[in-house]
Amino acid sequence: MKLSGLEPLIIGPLSNFVNVGERTNVTGSRKFLRLIQAGLFDEAVEIARDQVQGGAQILDVNMDEGLLDGTEAMTTFLNLIASEPDIARIPIMVDSSRWEIIEAGLRCLQGKGIVNSISLKAGEEEFLRQARLCRRYGAAVIIMAFDENGQADTRARRIEICERAYRLLVATGFPSEDIVFDPNIFPVATGMEEHRRNALDFFEATAWIKANLPGALVSGGVSNVSFSFRGNDAVREAIHACFLYHAIRYGLDLGIVNPGQLVVYEQVDVALRTAIEDVLFDRDADASERLLALAESFKHQGKSAGDRTDEAWRSLPVEARMEHALVNGMDAHIEADAAEALVALNSPLAVIEGPLMRGMNTVGDLFGSGKMFLPQVVKSARVMKKAVAWLEPHFEAAGAAGGAPRKQGKILLATVKGDVHDIGKNIVGVVLQCNNYEIIDLGVMVPAQKILDEAVAQGVDAIGLSGLITPSLDEMVFVAREMERQNIRLPLLIGGATTSRVHTAVKIQPSFTGPLVHVNDASRAVPVVQKLLGKDRVAFHSELRAEYDRLRTQYEERQREKRFVSLAAAREQRFRPDFTAKPAPPKQWGVFPLRDYPVEDLIPYIDWTPFFQAWDLHGKFPAILSDSLVGEQAQSVYHDAQELLRQVVSESWLTAHGVYGFFPAKSVDDDIEVTAHDGTLHRFIGLRQQGEKAAGQPYWCLSDFLDPSGDTLGLFAVTVGHGVAERVRQFQAQHDDYRALMLQALADRLAEAFAERLHHRVRTEFWGYAPQENASNADLIAERYQGIRPAPGYPACPDHLEKDLIFRLLDAEVHTGLQLTDSKAMTPTAAVSGYYFAHPDARYFGIPRIAEDQLQSYAQRRGISTAEARRWLQPLLD
Amino acid sequence: MDPNHPLLEIARRRVLILDGAMGSMLQTYRLDEDGYRGERFADWPQSLRGNNDLLNLTQPEIVESIHASYFEAGADLVETNTFNAQSISMADYGMAHLVKEINRAGAELARKAANAASTPDRPRFVAGAIGPTNRTLSLSPDVNRPGYRATTFEELVSAYKEQAEALLEGGVDALLVETVFDTLNAKAALYAVEEAFAATGQTVPILVSGTITDASGRTLSGQTTEAFLISLSHLPLLSIGLNCALGAKDLRPYLQTLAAEAPFLVSAYPNAGLPNALGGYDETPEQMADAVEEYLQLGLVNILGGCCGTTPEHIRAFAAKAARYEPRPLPAAL
Repeated sequence: MKLSGLEPLIIGPLSNFVNVGERTNVTGSRKFLRLIQAGLFDEAVEIARDQVQGGAQILDVNMDEGLLDGTEAMTTFLNLIASEPDIARIPIMVDSSRWEIIEAGLRCLQGKGIVNSISLKAGEEEFLRQARLCRRYGAAVIIMAFDENGQADTRARRIEICERAYRLLVATGFPSEDIVFDPNIFPVATGMEEHRRNALDFFEATAWIKANLPGALVSGGVSNVSFSFRGNDAVREAIHACFLYHAIRYGLDLGIVNPGQLVVYEQVDVALRTAIEDVLFDRDADASERLLALAESFKHQGKSAGDRTDEAWRSLPVEARMEHALVNGMDAHIEADAAEALVALNSPLAVIEGPLMRGMNTVGDLFGSGKMFLPQVVKSARVMKKAVAWLEPHFEAAGAAGGAPRKQGKILLATVKGDVHDIGKNIVGVVLQCNNYEIIDLGVMVPAQKILDEAVAQGVDAIGLSGLITPSLDEMVFVAREMERQNIRLPLLIGGATTSRVHTAVKIQPSFTGPLVHVNDASRAVPVVQKLLGKDRVAFHSELRAEYDRLRTQYEERQREKRFVSLAAAREQRFRPDFTAKPAPPKQWGVFPLRDYPVEDLIPYIDWTPFFQAWDLHGKFPAILSDSLVGEQAQSVYHDAQELLRQVVSESWLTAHGVYGFFPAKSVDDDIEVTAHDGTLHRFIGLRQQGEKAAGQPYWCLSDFLDPSGDTLGLFAVTVGHGVAERVRQFQAQHDDYRALMLQALADRLAEAFAERLHHRVRTEFWGYAPQENASNADLIAERYQGIRPAPGYPACPDHLEKDLIFRLLDAEVHTGLQLTDSKAMTPTAAVSGYYFAHPDARYFGIPRIAEDQLQSYAQRRGISTAEARRWLQPLLD
Repeated sequence: MDPNHPLLEIARRRVLILDGAMGSMLQTYRLDEDGYRGERFADWPQSLRGNNDLLNLTQPEIVESIHASYFEAGADLVETNTFNAQSISMADYGMAHLVKEINRAGAELARKAANAASTPDRPRFVAGAIGPTNRTLSLSPDVNRPGYRATTFEELVSAYKEQAEALLEGGVDALLVETVFDTLNAKAALYAVEEAFAATGQTVPILVSGTITDASGRTLSGQTTEAFLISLSHLPLLSIGLNCALGAKDLRPYLQTLAAEAPFLVSAYPNAGLPNALGGYDETPEQMADAVEEYLQLGLVNILGGCCGTTPEHIRAFAAKAARYEPRPLPAAL
């Protein structure tokens, strides 16, 4: 979707979540209402400015108040903010339940805004009339999930209404990319039984819309979700953070929020987060009660993130304090902390490149993983800038002491058009200045021609381009191309968070014949510029060119590997094992449960290496225990794990259940046809490797390991998860997150151990195709035995839908107590299910990607729509 | 947009040539107050000199001959002499009631010239020119009252609708909403054009052309080129482009933006350089043709013409250059 104020806003699959500022809404902000009622429009405009400065990317404006002339208030306010370039740069969301107010708002927008909202409430004719008018005024629309029968409050009703509205609109030629659905965010933890799925139904309806209504986006008014906790801002903000974090994963594109008050998901207290998530996902009947009880204890924790008074972090060491301040966007102490760090590190650059950059890297990671949102990053940047600004004079002092007035060269720096991020660029500028370069800083959002004109006019020696967001990469390519075309072959430096050496080599170098270098590190900027402009520059330029040529060639080779062969060709080159070597049938066909399997028997089968990974300790067990770097930590965690394991066994905390079965089966191309014990036929739908390979290499598919003329397939499901959730909750109630996490990690390992132990017994006893096998645990971990046990959702079989049939054939719910969620995750989560293939040539492999022809064939064989298949297999299609 | 429309058929093969300035050509006739008034308005109470659109009624031969000279120079498409012919601008001369007549006459004059110049191999076209008016919907004329507006969306719609209907009745092949310095005015014009289509039962291609005011790269109402494009993409336009204010060289970066993003044809008709101290334009046909050649080399445009200060000789030079280059490839939507 493309929107505009004075500047464009483009929302696409690659854009991050978009914040819509909610404070310029008389129904949501008492302050704003008071100002509008009193006619204090100038002050009301300041609220809009705060929202934009706080990171709002769209501004919601609502004047629906009984005592106001909404039409006039809307017109006056929109005309006023149209005169404020720093506000008017973002698109406007005209928000009203009354059509005449919406229309009055649309008549004031020169940009492309969004109407919030229209619906089927008054029937199809009125809905289509309003949609047609929105289109004629050049606006996108939010459609509320509301029809003649009322507001949608279940997953099914949401889907029904949104689908109907979508089909109606698209049939009239309304562009699908201008349709946004608001599937109604309702309050959670209300105590009412019928509200238990409020969040989950919203999530699932969102996912359905994104998968089935191409082009359409999803939006929602987020504050509503926490309505039950009015007066408890700390908990409300925590709920908003958790809700957004998950909703975005289900596909939420934009949300109406207060950008100044978003807290970071990662920073929400773990116990509170768990309690909130239990409610959001309706994990059990007591979830609401638990959250309500817990919420009380958070009430005293400061009013809100906006003015949190908790000062415990002030007692941390200075570097940790600086990181805390950056992540939380708190600037009150940053100058004092910078001063302290300067004394400790004795160099302003060391402070910037040390604690400050580390803090910003943390911010970058949290942002990249969706745990921080743009407004929060804006706040972090503000803190960073304040610190750098404080440090700057000290740079100059340090530079002056060296006393070398003659400038080494003149460098032009600019953040390219479309991008406003300039921290990195500013730091590079400061560092270069300190090293006696003259800096011409053109600021942010600089158009290509301006960069070139200034470079020529000022006679600079090099140009540095910076940018943080992905589209900036294209703009940099454009600048380079224009430099080439206009014969400006000055050295060009590329920097910024999303830039990379590979991108510079692959995308920029081919369009530019001048010296080109990627620098992403302020400390490297100086030596690089010295070399670029120094006496050996010619050699350095050709060195760079050779290096980037090499990078590009490598990249292109890798790309070639990503080509596909057709599904038909891949099948033609399937793996063809020698079926005379196929295993003997099992001693007995059928399904065999293992109830209450002794947990202590599983301990020797634990593969400890992944356990340490769960704690972010990387290394192979047991070598990791003596590792110089993490050995001490590893020993401590291992020790605590043994302790807890003893308790788990002696006090019977966990219950292990399993089930396995053997079935007559045969392969039919990529599928496997299975005969159940009642004689019915079933089919597993298989996926096959399709990425182009060297001649003679097979394109693997699990079905290749079964004889098309008849063979044996084993299936299994095991869990050690029963009892985990209760214990974890107990630990959390005692604020013992360490043991809570420890138990979860151990349960996962025990489930894997159970799968390993069961596979061993299947090979040697139950199926018995390898009765003589004598494998040590190390052999087991290294998979040195005959046959494999691949699991759906893992590389050889990335399709989670296969779990349905495994569960059905094994009656796994009854035998193990495991259940499958809508997205086919097993609960409890400490569980493994999968297949047994016993052929001696059976091996593990991965299916990273498939082509469109296989998707079509898969959907048809699975009997689902291509859109649905696409949703399930999305990771294989990117 | 009908994919078989003759203008699109031509655009697939080559760059379409639009005419140049009407005003610069009228100046060569050195018309005085009486020349503007003609017999019919000899006793009009207000001064009429400078009311160029009125010449459709008082000096129809001059207007028609200027159209003919642009066709002769190689234009495929001429603009009607109706830039200010809506009731809001005409009210300055007390002539709001003549809007229909001026537009109909303007369309008919251009139509006549086009028919005379057309051959079966080389059809010629008329675009009804719809200017910005002298009011702005996004800006207050009073710095002390930023919320004030000198007109309303509804007023503009009704003025534009009257003009568009009369142009359609006069037989134009297309409508050109041009010199857009306030995008909201253009949105009102497009809204009105759709009403006029409904009222007359005639639908013709719509061309839109905006004006980048200065080196800030923005319209007078503050939009960047991309924002301008996004704000007017809700109709299936034939073309979007830029005209006026800047010379050919300075317009190029903004055309690059449009050429990369626009799902329509892209048009450009720059001024003959920036105005000199006397408000005249100095770039010769040769100088300007060299500057627009850069557009052609870069494949930026589908429609090329001239604005203030350009003459049939400029257009002849453009047509000669354009004949040697491929047009901008048509976007998928067309």
